[in-house]
Amino acid sequence: MYSDKVMEHFRNPRNVGVVENADGTGKVGNPVCGDIMEMTIKVEDDRLVDVKFRTFGCGSAIATSSITTELVIGKTIEEALALTNRAVAQALDGLPPNKMHCSNLAADALHDAIKDYLSKRDGLEEPAGEGESSQ
Amino acid sequence: MAAASGTVYLDHAATTPLDGRVLEAMLPYLTDHFGNPSSIYAAGREAAAAVRTAREQVAAVLSCAPEEIHFTSGGTEADNAAIRGIALAQRNRRGHGHIVTSAIEHHAVLHTVEWMEKRLGFEATYLPVDEHGLVHPVDLAAAMQENTALVSLMYANNEVGTIEPIAELAEIARARSVPFHTDAVQAGGLLGLDVDELKVDALSLSAHKFYGPKGVGVLYLRRGTPFLATQTGGAQERNRRAGTENVAGIVGLATALTLAQQERQAEVARLTALRDRLIQGVLSSIPESRLTGHPTRRLANSASFVFRYIEGESILLSLDMEDIAASSGSACTSGALEPSGVLLAMGLPHELAHGSLRLTLGHSTTEEQVDRVLAVLPGIVQRLRTMSPLGPGQSTQCATS
Repeated sequence: MYSDKVMEHFRNPRNVGVVENADGTGKVGNPVCGDIMEMTIKVEDDRLVDVKFRTFGCGSAIATSSITTELVIGKTIEEALALTNRAVAQALDGLPPNKMHCSNLAADALHDAIKDYLSKRDGLEEPAGEGESSQ
Repeated sequence: MAAASGTVYLDHAATTPLDGRVLEAMLPYLTDHFGNPSSIYAAGREAAAAVRTAREQVAAVLSCAPEEIHFTSGGTEADNAAIRGIALAQRNRRGHGHIVTSAIEHHAVLHTVEWMEKRLGFEATYLPVDEHGLVHPVDLAAAMQENTALVSLMYANNEVGTIEPIAELAEIARARSVPFHTDAVQAGGLLGLDVDELKVDALSLSAHKFYGPKGVGVLYLRRGTPFLATQTGGAQERNRRAGTENVAGIVGLATALTLAQQERQAEVARLTALRDRLIQGVLSSIPESRLTGHPTRRLANSASFVFRYIEGESILLSLDMEDIAASSGSACTSGALEPSGVLLAMGLPHELAHGSLRLTLGHSTTEEQVDRVLAVLPGIVQRLRTMSPLGPGQSTQCATS
């Protein structure tokens, strides 16, 4: 049911863990639904120089987290914010229809980490309505 | 017949391979003896005789009359026919429109009762279970109403292997003259099926759970049980289940059930030892693991667990990479967002219920295979936990999206 690409990322997930002294953290999902994704990022000169993930979830949740980190490391903040769930799914040669929500979560976790970074950089408090950003 | 060489097949509750002896018994009815049992000429009579013999063999295992055995297309059809057939007859005859079942039934029962509620206006009570998955007789007694048409409670649970006190439960229904059906699909080949000892009026079986073919099952109906046939057509199965008999399948079912009955005692003892080795090994080598279901009142072939902080489907994929076939009640394996209703009904929190693993043993299972699982499972759980943002002290930390 999974593409070879999904299985390859499940077998050998890239960038697992937590970035030390992260500039931003994003966490989405819910243990009740069975998926939690956490992304931590390191930013230098407006570029993502390091991204790591930790995921509680199924095979496609782990694979989408893994490929998301691969897709955005080295990219600018702007480019990373433009990453869509569709692009994540396509990079994995597709996901089963009932697993598409996993790709949403991976992109959301990354975007939340970036927003967390931006709000800290700009010296703002937690942006209103963005309850997902962790402290 | 062994599973593919090298593969450790631990999903016997899902299905079992066809026993070679069963295949041999079936083959003539797929080739030379192809007649329709309803036909008057020799080939038809031959097929009818084979079905008659099969019916007698099944009746012998259930200690009932052959006329009380009805062949179906499987466990799901038997459950559907029992619930619809008995409940509708009871409503027609007595105006009774209340069905009692449990929260942990197989979907073949659960969704059928829900359908009766939503589409036909029946009333239903879903009995709770305790932390081990047991239905308590006091709860059944309290749920019985003047207009209760039918009680349907499973003999043994498919996800956690808990064996229900069927005779005790059935007695409560019998004392009120309410028909009692049991889904015995997981019990076939592992537990006694004497319908008088069980005190049941209806019972479902499926051949492929005990090394018979897929696509054939049994509905036992005690003589005198109200029943309205819901599958109409020809007069087969004493007008209770229309359709040309699956002759080879029926022969296969009867052969498989007879063999299972003959070998049951020895096989149950063998499986129990292997199961307990597996359970002890898992619980002692994997921290924050828990056995689900009853510690002792459980099927001889069933070991089921939950592992904190990780998710079931990723455990299955990891086991598959080691050539071990298993199953999980995790939401991600079913395509739903809700994890196993069985585990939730037993009071497990959602996040724990997502991390479930079911290993079900069978004929092909050896001690070496059990040890192979014990050699790789702790590492699999450890690897997935390394990847998980959940861990001790933070399992309740719950972001919302």
